[in-house]
Formats: sequence, C-alpha cells, structure tokens
Amino acid sequence: MLKTHPIATLAGLGLLLLLALAPLATETLGLAFWLDVINRTIILAIAAVSLNFILGYGGMVSFGHAAFIGLGAYAVGIPAHYDLYSGFLHLLIVVLGCGAFALITGAISLRTKGVHFIMITMAFGQMAYYAFISIEEYGGDDGLVIYARSEFPVLDIEQRLIFYYTCLASLIGALYLVHRMVNSRFGMVIKGAKSNERRMAALGFPAYRYRLAAYVISGMMCGFAGALLGNYTSFISPEMMGWTRSGELIFMVVLGGAGTLFGPLFGVVAFLLIEEVLSGITTYWHIIFGAILVLVVLFAKGGISGLLTAKRSALGKQPAKADPAE
Amino acid sequence: MDMSLFLIQLLNGLQYGVLLFLVAAGLTLVFGIMDFINLAHGSFYMIGAYLCGTITAVTDSFLLGVLLGVPLTALVGYVTERSVIQTLYQRDHLDHVLATFGLILIFDTGVHIIWGAEGMAIPLPAWLETSVPLVGDSQFPTYRIAIIAVGLAVAAGLYFVVNHTKTGMLIRAGASNRRMVEALGVDIRLLFALVFSVGVAIAGASGMMIAPITEARIGMGNDIIIIAFVVIIIGGIGSIKGAFVGALIVGMIDTLGRSYLDQMMKLFMSVDAAETAAPAISAMLVYILMAIVLALRPQGLFPPKTR
Repeated sequence: MLKTHPIATLAGLGLLLLLALAPLATETLGLAFWLDVINRTIILAIAAVSLNFILGYGGMVSFGHAAFIGLGAYAVGIPAHYDLYSGFLHLLIVVLGCGAFALITGAISLRTKGVHFIMITMAFGQMAYYAFISIEEYGGDDGLVIYARSEFPVLDIEQRLIFYYTCLASLIGALYLVHRMVNSRFGMVIKGAKSNERRMAALGFPAYRYRLAAYVISGMMCGFAGALLGNYTSFISPEMMGWTRSGELIFMVVLGGAGTLFGPLFGVVAFLLIEEVLSGITTYWHIIFGAILVLVVLFAKGGISGLLTAKRSALGKQPAKADPAE
Repeated sequence: MDMSLFLIQLLNGLQYGVLLFLVAAGLTLVFGIMDFINLAHGSFYMIGAYLCGTITAVTDSFLLGVLLGVPLTALVGYVTERSVIQTLYQRDHLDHVLATFGLILIFDTGVHIIWGAEGMAIPLPAWLETSVPLVGDSQFPTYRIAIIAVGLAVAAGLYFVVNHTKTGMLIRAGASNRRMVEALGVDIRLLFALVFSVGVAIAGASGMMIAPITEARIGMGNDIIIIAFVVIIIGGIGSIKGAFVGALIVGMIDTLGRSYLDQMMKLFMSVDAAETAAPAISAMLVYILMAIVLALRPQGLFPPKTR
C-alpha cells in the first residue's frame, strides 16, 4: 500500500493554495475562461476523491461511479424542474437518493469480488444511465436545463466567486474527511480488508458491512460533487453518467496515484490539462489520449504520486495478481 | 393479445439473444482461460462491421465482405493481443479495464479517422432481402432468420470444439489450471493468442451480421459490450453454457419487456403512470434481472466448476 509521502503532501497542499489564489491570478491576467476550467477541475476532484476512498484504500474498483455524479446533478435538476430551488432540499435529496442507490447496488455488488464487482458496478451505472434516458418528463436524451442555482441563506452561489470558493471549501472538506476516515479504526478495517480479508475476518471484522458503509459514503460524496456540477453547468443530461465517464474517473484516480490522499487531485489536474492541450492540437486527440492511458497502465505504476516519491515506487509495486481462487 | 405479433417479438428476442451470445462467447472464453477482462471486445464488433462494409462496397458482395472480413478482424485482434494485451495478463483487473479502455479510445478514434464520423450502411443481397411467411399473413425477414441460424451454428460449433477436440481439451485444461498445462509442455501463450483471436473473429462476425440492419457506426460496440457483460454475469463468468443461456434470457426479456411491459403495467395502474414508467423500467429490466440473479447466486447461474 502506498502511503502519502511528505513530498506528495507538500505538493498537494501547494496545489490547494494555488487553487485558492487562482481567481486572483486569472482576474489580473485576464484569463476568465481558465477560471471556469479550474472550477470544473475542483468539482471533478471531489468526485475523484470519493472514488479514491473506495478504490485506492478499499480496493473496490467501482466502474459505475459516474452514475452518482449524474444522480447528484439530477437531485438538483429535478426539484428545479418543479421550481423548487431550496439548497437544503437539494442536498437532502442528494444524500438520500445517492445513499439509497449506493446502499442497494452496493449491497448486491459487494457480495462479489474482483472482475465481478467491476462489471456489476458498471452495469448498475448503465442502468441509471438508460433509466434517465427513457424518462421523457426530465428531458430524456436531451437533458434538463437548470435555470437558477440552489438557494442557500447568506451564501449566494449564483455569484461566481462565492460558488468557486464553495467548491474549493467542499474539496478541502472532502480531502479532510477522507484523511480522517482513512486513519480511523473504520479506515484501518477497510484497508485491512483490501490486503487480507480472511485475516480481518479472523480478527472478527465483517468486511462486507464495513465495505458497504464505505461504498455508501463514497456514493454520497460523489453525489455531492454531481450536485455542484449540475449547479455549475446549469445543464444536465444522462450523458454525465455514461460508463466512459466512469472510466475517465478511474483513470484520473490511477493517473494521480490510487490510495494516496492527494493523488486524485493531481490526477484530475493532469487529466484536464492533457485534455485541454491535446484537444487544441487535433480533433482526433482521443487517439493520443488512449495511447497515453495504455502507456500509463503499462509503465507508470503509482501514478503522479508514485513519480513524486520515486524511491517508494519500487517497494509499492503492485503485488502479483491475487490468488485466482479468491 | 395478437399472437402473430407475439411470435415476431419472440423471434426478435431470439435473434437479439443469439447476437448477444456471439459477443459474450469471446469475452467469457478469454476470461475463463486468461482471467483477463477485455472492455475493448466491443471495438472488434465495430471493426468487423466497418471492414465488412468496405469490402462489400468494393466487391459488391456481402458474402465476400463477411468471408474476408472475419479473418481480417481476427488479424486485428491477434496484433492487439501480441502488442498490448499479452503484457497485461499478469496484472490486476484494474489494469485490464484501464488499458482496454484506452484501446477503446484508440479504436473508436481510429475508425473515425479512417471511415469518418457518419455511419456506414451495408446493402444486403437480394436473396436475403426477402421475408418468410409466419402464421396468418404476418411475415418475418429472411435475414433475421439467417442471423439466428448462423448464431446457433456457431454456438454448436463452439460447443463441439470446446468439448470434443484436442484444442478444446487444452482450453478447458487451461481454464482449470493454467500452470499445470504449461508444465506439461503446451505453449500456453500460443493457445491464449489463438483463443483471443477466435473470440475477436466471432465478435467481428456478429458486428457484420447486425450492420446491415442497424448500419455500422462508431460506438456500436460500446453499447453492446455492457449488455454482454450482464449476460456473462448472469450466466457465470467463464462459462460458455452460461453465456448461451444468459444471452437468450437477456435477449428475450429485453425485447419482450420493451414491447409488452406498458400493456402489462396498465393492468394494475393508471394509463398515464404506466406510459411514463414503462419505458424507464423496460430499459432497466435486464439490470434488475441481473441484480436478482446476483442476489440469489453471486457467481451466476452456471459458474465454471474449477478455477
């Protein structure tokens, strides 16, 4: 298991500081467009942090996590469709809706392991995708337009900077929460069950229940990111939860370094940078992007966090494939 | 209920199920032996359709398109296996899905570059453009019957090869204990490459068969691959028999659900409510089925005996 290295922590905190100063910098340099990109980065980073919690620390490769982003966005969009703009109502629906979806799908998919788990989470993600495509009331394929952002007392997120710092504060909150959970008894059980479930069972910990709790927490956190994304883009569509989105989310986590606190943040930044740069070069940039993905998997174990802490990477190498009998 | 319409829907379900089986067969074979999960399997389905379309356009013969297209698709699969996939066998499943996700991006964009963004229609020869009379005065397209026939023939062929030939014996042995087969002097890498290419060829062939109906387009493989996953999850990953049964169940339930669910729901709820909910539920039907199967049997209906 990769542990967060001092250098990576320093880089992560530095990156957060940069994000906090970004509005000032883009304002003075007249790069307003980039603030939008950075804001999107922050929101996606929350989603990646939530996925990293179960994927990196818990070994649960959820290939349907984009569904939670979509559900969170629709939790804002559907009430707004009926002219209900109360932010607390939206948050309540996010927590209950994503929590319930995570609880049901998690309860079923966590009964399985490895490849089964990957494919089942993927299938459940697609289920949500197709369900929203076929609900005409909420726009189906075409999606929904959200005419106004969620309303909170005092905090007026309609204003650009306030929304930006709300997102940033949420990201820091998410990172702190994951940091605390991972180092708690709960997190120890999750990590322990990843490396040796049988031993954890022998110690008296029912791994299934702990995993399910982690899965639900992660789903709700990702739903929250989705709610922010819905507010941010003010247009939502089922396309947000397609399985390729889930794949991208996993790639962000792995690119940054799964199982490290700031890894997902690095991953999202790198991912969006690559996307921006490549799509500026050619319309066929996906082919280069795919090649980068393949090369990262084949040659760069541990992601960016692994590169930052290169000495560890030799030790942190992925163990040979788990016993197929498992 | 209109019986002839029901019969047509049954046949449509069977045709969809057979097609799903052809895609799922390669997936489950490769997984059974190599413990390798290939998201890009659907890309070969797409590539098969495009290759066949081009050859059909050049030679003016759909049959030639299929006959030349299948080995060409297998070749693409073989090259992919040798260049990227064989280095992944010893990695964990996360690496499998990520690398093959990258391959999907490469293949999809590659097709976009070569054939353009628009779909490609594939004309059928006249003798396949006919219909077969069913009961009463209803008709069913000959071509769909042909798909069912070819699919069942491939299923039978696979069953024969896997269960009654020496290669099949090696495949089964490799699935139950890879190391032992290697220790007995079998070139397991060659066997892997062979099985992978055959799976790719079958997937490519199924893409070619569906393309005249739906036309070849980018992303067609990504749509079917998820359902193929559902099929092999229901059937038990690694089992050909499971893939066959799972594919037929999924094909039937999906087709019949889309046609009849709204009528069934109208029996016990208001017409309005049924018309709103039925499309969403019928879209979710196969996934709900998967969830039920998994809740009862986490390893699927026919899990392979030894792994």
